[in-house]
Amino acid sequence: METPSAQAEPKSGDGVSNNRRSEPPAPSATTASGSRWFLIKFLKTLGSIAITMLGLLFVTFIIGRVMPIDPVISIVGERATKEVYDAAYQEMGLDKPVLVQFLYYLGDVVRGDFGTSYLNGRPVSEDIRRVFPATLELATIGTLIGIIVGVPLGMIAAVKRDSWIDQVARVVALVGYSMPIFWLGLVGLLVFYGILGWVGGPGRVGIFYVDMVPPVTGMILIDSALDGQWEIFRDAVSHIILPASILGYYSLAYISRMTRSFMLEQLNAEYVTTARVKGLSEWAVIWRHAFSNIKVQLITVIALSYAGLLEGSVLTEIIFAWPGIGSYITTALLSADMNAVLGGTVVVGLVFVCLNVLSDLLYSFFDPRAK
Amino acid sequence: MNQAHTTLNDSGTSRGMRGWLTADIPRSRWQARASAWYHGWLEFKANRLALLGLCILVALVLIAIFAPWLSPHDPYAQSLSNRLLPLGSEGHLLGTDSLGRDLLSRMIYGSRITLYIVALVALIAPVAGLLMGTVAGYVGGWTDTVLMRITDIFLAFPRLVLALAFVAALGAGIENAVLAIALTAWPPYARIARAETLTIRSSDYISAVKLQGAGTLRIIVKHIWPLCIASLIVRITLDMAGIILAAAGLGFLGLGARPPSPEWGAMIAEGRRFILDHWWVATMPGLAIFTVSLAFNLLGDGLRDLLDPKSHSK
Repeated sequence: METPSAQAEPKSGDGVSNNRRSEPPAPSATTASGSRWFLIKFLKTLGSIAITMLGLLFVTFIIGRVMPIDPVISIVGERATKEVYDAAYQEMGLDKPVLVQFLYYLGDVVRGDFGTSYLNGRPVSEDIRRVFPATLELATIGTLIGIIVGVPLGMIAAVKRDSWIDQVARVVALVGYSMPIFWLGLVGLLVFYGILGWVGGPGRVGIFYVDMVPPVTGMILIDSALDGQWEIFRDAVSHIILPASILGYYSLAYISRMTRSFMLEQLNAEYVTTARVKGLSEWAVIWRHAFSNIKVQLITVIALSYAGLLEGSVLTEIIFAWPGIGSYITTALLSADMNAVLGGTVVVGLVFVCLNVLSDLLYSFFDPRAK
Repeated sequence: MNQAHTTLNDSGTSRGMRGWLTADIPRSRWQARASAWYHGWLEFKANRLALLGLCILVALVLIAIFAPWLSPHDPYAQSLSNRLLPLGSEGHLLGTDSLGRDLLSRMIYGSRITLYIVALVALIAPVAGLLMGTVAGYVGGWTDTVLMRITDIFLAFPRLVLALAFVAALGAGIENAVLAIALTAWPPYARIARAETLTIRSSDYISAVKLQGAGTLRIIVKHIWPLCIASLIVRITLDMAGIILAAAGLGFLGLGARPPSPEWGAMIAEGRRFILDHWWVATMPGLAIFTVSLAFNLLGDGLRDLLDPKSHSK
């Protein structure tokens, strides 16, 4: 699993960063040229997203091609006759040139068709629609925990630099970066479920409540609340709290380190000295002045860590038998269900790209200097 | 001049090796270089945590080298009458797993696999990234656009998921796991190398080398690569923890080292079935993974403070 490292540079599409580099702000520009500039920037961003996604699809397509398992055999079975095999081979378009096959694949993906799962015969897109909300729910709660604990921790560490609390925050983050997430999940289950019995065990809800809530959003916390089934809601909370806290710990490690370094940069700035000389309270200096200035950077960091959690949930989901996209991909992988693996990979990749672009756009939207 | 030499020499002999290393005016290239290394070491030594990380890693390397002498048992020897012995059993300090194999011995041998994976990835990924980054940065133009676009595409992929898909395509096994991790790990190196190259490219000494008739290849290999190395090394050390965790994750999923090989991640997966009754089988290898990746993180932090000029201004 990738721990979002504090050193990660912003993973932006190059088009976006090119814009920042090559187009200087034109203070005397009229509004008309200003809006044209924004349009160009918008189109460039769109273009860079399109190229990145195309590349992403091409990579998954190639992975699917080099897969040593013959997709024809997995459909017609090993004992099929030569004729049946050839017919299926042609029907699947495998006799066509690779580029043509890629275009077919592209067309399918654009229409939201990832093929059918070899394992259960259902369309992969339907499966993904079913499992994705579970991952989204888990990653969202994890990120919330990361923000609620991580931002204040980073703030305190920066303000009380080199104090014991700064050291504690440093250790907390370092341990977070170094811990194998699946192991932490196992130990968490052992302690809080096996020994103490404070939380619900694996799965999203207890076995009695499975499929008891009508799926509206697919997120069980929201669905059960909408339905007014508070007992199920409580049960769902007791199940999600442990995996979400473990994901939240990772997000916390990253967010608190980044908050600290952003804050240190601000607190060393001259305007902070000015504010202090003016006689403002420390509270006002820190929260109204310094914190206001790091908000934009923080949003970027949070978006990146959110994307990281969507991915980091792969191993966590397996430990907690959480029926999300991570479990889906790994189950498919172990049974060589390549359509499902590729579909899942593409969806996770697309979400990843979108979050990256979103954080870039938010940055240039909120930061006047980036315009 | 002569006078100065003798005084320096005098102080050198009076203070011995340390004096020679800390001399204000080095008298040879060799002395200058040794002195720079020595000052770096002094600064590094002041960082207790980084030193701790280094010690753990040195210990790990020693354990891996001397595994046959250190481990009390054969890591593969099964003994069904001694299965799932608890911690501190006689002859089995860390207990045994579900096939009665000694956990301590397996963990000791597991360090070899971990080091093997880390070393291979650390050889492949930065070199590939260095190649891509420096060529893109130095040649520029279309080459730059295309190479960086490819880098961006790989950066856009979530790493573990991409590695999973690669291993799925290539088949499980240590070598394939290494390849998959390296394939997902090189883009940041390419970025760093390109950024360094862009700042170096326009410097005067490169123009001087060019005027002397050096070709593109010579400039990149002999004049740009050496300057990129420092920042790459820091990044590698910081990445090591991630590589170890990724390898353990793949092993845990049954996609890395195959059983019965004593890979730490695979050992956790094996012990997972008994976690509630026999907790040590899964927890002990996890502690090993944690310790090693923590050591790499500590060392990486220390090296960054040392080699990153930005941190000196703080």
